[in-house]
Amino acid sequence: MNAPLPLAPPVARAPAPGVAPLLGPMLAEAVAALAANRLRSGLTMLGMIIGVAAVILMLAIGNGVQGQVQRSIAALGSNLLIVNSGAARTGGGFSQGAGSRPTLTLDDAEAIARLPDVIAAAPSSGFTAQVVAGPTNWLTQVTTSTPAWFTVQNWYPEDGRAFSAMEERQAARVAVIGQTVARQLFGASDPLGELLRVRGVTFTVIGVLPERGQGIGGVDRDDVVVLPLTASLRLVQGGGAFRRFVRTISVAVATPEAMPAVEQAITELLRRRHGLGPREENDFSITNLTAVGQTFQETTGAISLLLGAIGGISLVVGGIGIMNIMLVSVTERTREIGIRMALGAPRAAIRLQFLLEALMLSLVGCALGVLLGTGLSLLASQLLPFPTIISPASVVAAFAISAAIGIFFGWYPATRAARLSPIEALRS
Amino acid sequence: MPGPPVSPPPSGPGPGPRPRPLLVLEDIVKDYASEAGSFRALAGVSLTVNPGEFLAIMGPSGSGKSTLMNIIGALDTPSAGRFLIDGEDTSAMSEPALAHLRNRAIGFVFQQFNLLPRLTARDNVALPLVYAGVPARERRARAEALLARVGLGDRGGSRPSQLSGGQQQRVAIARALAVGPRLLLADEPTGALDSRTGAEILALFKALNRENGVTVILVTHDPGVAAATDRVVRIQDGRIVDDGPPARVLATPGPAASPEVVAS
Ligand SMILES: Nc1ncnc2c1ncn2[C@@H]1O[C@H](COP(=O)(O)OP(=O)(O)OP(=O)(O)O)[C@@H](O)[C@H]1O
Ligand SMILES: [Mg+2]
Repeated sequence: MNAPLPLAPPVARAPAPGVAPLLGPMLAEAVAALAANRLRSGLTMLGMIIGVAAVILMLAIGNGVQGQVQRSIAALGSNLLIVNSGAARTGGGFSQGAGSRPTLTLDDAEAIARLPDVIAAAPSSGFTAQVVAGPTNWLTQVTTSTPAWFTVQNWYPEDGRAFSAMEERQAARVAVIGQTVARQLFGASDPLGELLRVRGVTFTVIGVLPERGQGIGGVDRDDVVVLPLTASLRLVQGGGAFRRFVRTISVAVATPEAMPAVEQAITELLRRRHGLGPREENDFSITNLTAVGQTFQETTGAISLLLGAIGGISLVVGGIGIMNIMLVSVTERTREIGIRMALGAPRAAIRLQFLLEALMLSLVGCALGVLLGTGLSLLASQLLPFPTIISPASVVAAFAISAAIGIFFGWYPATRAARLSPIEALRS
Repeated sequence: MPGPPVSPPPSGPGPGPRPRPLLVLEDIVKDYASEAGSFRALAGVSLTVNPGEFLAIMGPSGSGKSTLMNIIGALDTPSAGRFLIDGEDTSAMSEPALAHLRNRAIGFVFQQFNLLPRLTARDNVALPLVYAGVPARERRARAEALLARVGLGDRGGSRPSQLSGGQQQRVAIARALAVGPRLLLADEPTGALDSRTGAEILALFKALNRENGVTVILVTHDPGVAAATDRVVRIQDGRIVDDGPPARVLATPGPAASPEVVAS
């Protein structure tokens, strides 16, 4: 035997320390225990990883869609009513009554503009045309309207100016163009004062609209040429020039609350003006864009909710997986539990140890799931026509929910471990 | 847990006034329930152990030695009778208080070592200190000191699987001593070791008792081991049949000394 060394002095016979000082060492043990069973821990975490990734991805897509819809609605101009020629079509939508003859007139638009709570009413038609400037040409969407169009769209030229009511009435050959058209036709040079030809008629560019980006469905809204309606009717569209018919009248309403009343007033006004009898159907249709946006938002909200629920279900499945593996672990480690109890671990310490292990599984799974979900969201941004948005709140929520799942599903195995009697656990 | 502070006890029972007993067992009964009715493993055991004693418990297989040790170690509770440790009745103690008692007052050494295979020798020794709320640096320092004390100063980083049986049992002893308990319990500590290693472990117990004043109770089948102690208690069929200095108890083979046990 070695030289008689003195023993370490006894630890003062202090009251039991409770579980608080155990947190650190037990956390380290939980990490070691999971690391010792890497494959098993990884497989167990898979449920959490997939669930969290799904939830993060779905929320990111949902947020992205909502942001996109909000931007689209804001860009369209809020409180917008679109009156289209032709009877309402089932399935609704923005179709400009293609194929049907226009039934709306410029006078209809002026009459609507005089209704209470109407800020502006812009009659407009549109067609697709090859626009030529010198040697270059570009296929674009031509909109013909009145100055009210800029008000209704809440979109004013940043360079140059919009055409005036006078210019519109006098059929002035002026044009306002979007950023895409400016870029395609004039490149880096200043388009103001340049000439462009639409269906053989020459117009002078007097304004360039600021960038607006993609619309619903990925439409490039900057790919546009705006011409005065009268000039277009006479010079470009040819036939029916003096009948002054238009396909669409866009109406800006003062407040969202006023929209139903204005919609009703427009309906009555147009029926009277078009001389429709009580039995006759409307020869026009009115679309409430805000309502459409809301419906769209609600639909995507419901879809995200559904997908979120699927993610939630896989989280619960992941939690059950954790419970299962923790029960196995408690059974496998019964002897270890007995040894720890013999060395003075109170039941609370045993419970803490196994709870922390379950918590580690769920939280590490959550962290990996957040990483995976973020990666998938970035990928989705590339594939979808709008950017996905990962809100910090969804990450915080994912961790909170995972912690709750870890504790909830870890509680029973941990309690089973803590309930063992020291002597029976040792004998196992 | 109230109680007198643990002061280093006098080394061995000396002359003068009798010290307060460390352990008092009064009429301890332990029944095990089974399908075929209940089985009485301990049938009224009364025993008093004073601080600083070095005591061996002997008896044939199945006589109740382990049952008794588990009760003394607060791992198990008696079916009837009183068990006082340091004057305190354990039957009145709550579960955390019993855990605290196992942690602070008692060191247990098992025949099968019972080290945690995943932990290093050092971490195994330090484990009771974790439950005692000792900070990490002190845990490590104490574990190193104790490993040095049992002659394994250089093996702190080894895992149990990398150690021989005798070395593992030394780690287990160091672990049992980690918190500085006054009482060391060992149920056949040399049972899984060859005789030479067993003798070394026995010498370690003896040194701990003599030099550090630790009260040691060990269970053994080996009369040679028992002979190294100060007092031998012989158990048969759950009862104490003899109790005295080894020279006398070992010389009077009671009706219990079955040849099978002596042979082993
Ligand atoms: N959990 C239990 N359930 C039922 N009977 C038990 C239990 N534990 C021990 N026994 C019985 O109690 C009696 C005493 O057992 P114990 O383990 O104390 O004997 P021992 O003296 O330590 O024997 P050995 O020398 O073989 O270790 C034995 O007959 C045993 O079968
Ligand atoms: Mg035994």
